[in-house]
Amino acid sequence: MKFGLLVNEGPFTHQASDSAYQFAKAAIEKGHTVPRVFFYFDGVNNANKLSEPQSDDRNLVKLWGALAAEHGVDLVVCVAAALRRGIKDEILADGFRISGLGQLVEMGMAMDRTLTFGD
Amino acid sequence: MTQPAEIEFDTEGVKKRFAFVNRKAPYGSIYALEILEMVLISAAFEQHAIIAFIDDGVYQIKKGQDARILGMKNFAPTYGVIEMEKEDADEDDDIDMEWRIVVEEESMVARGLTKDDFVLGVEVLPSSELSELLNAQEVVLSA
Repeated sequence: MKFGLLVNEGPFTHQASDSAYQFAKAAIEKGHTVPRVFFYFDGVNNANKLSEPQSDDRNLVKLWGALAAEHGVDLVVCVAAALRRGIKDEILADGFRISGLGQLVEMGMAMDRTLTFGD
Repeated sequence: MTQPAEIEFDTEGVKKRFAFVNRKAPYGSIYALEILEMVLISAAFEQHAIIAFIDDGVYQIKKGQDARILGMKNFAPTYGVIEMEKEDADEDDDIDMEWRIVVEEESMVARGLTKDDFVLGVEVLPSSELSELLNAQEVVLSA
């Protein structure tokens, strides 16, 4: 099955990004695909490469990037939500790209299931 | 850093039933404003949509708000655009898009509101009917 994920919250403050990441990993391990993850609301903060958690904690920004590199997951950050929060090209982490909200609707249209992770 | 190349999915001829579920008060957090942007973009893709207001989300469409007093962007008038999109879709045979604007009755009543308190025309449905309706949609986006 093809899953599209929507992540509505930033890393660390909220479990949404962790849950989405764990879901994506588990789904891929079971033979499903996750062609796209869309980051919206504070979720755009998952793409901030300046994020530097303590060394004994997980680094969600890098985990997402690694998942994208390994499994070709398309990590899309909403441009309007990103600009509002200062997420721009200069600080965009590896594996992420900035694009429009249309990519979320397109994901909903093309995937078998779309799941929201947020409050 | 070079961004990854744009990936496009094949969505030719795809028509799905979307639902946008508004659950939060309008200015206490950004959810209302940004979900509104989502709804408006989806119109460009001519998808069917249920735009639902539940819990404190019913306050999003209450008449008589002006957030400019708080120095915030006043997006209440934008709900009028949603109503316009819906009317266009209803009236124009060339647009194959059905939109329904729905308020959950229990949420409305619990907050002392009636249908006349809203800035746009809505269907009021009891929770049981709304949950059935949402169950029947293919893409449910909620905040």
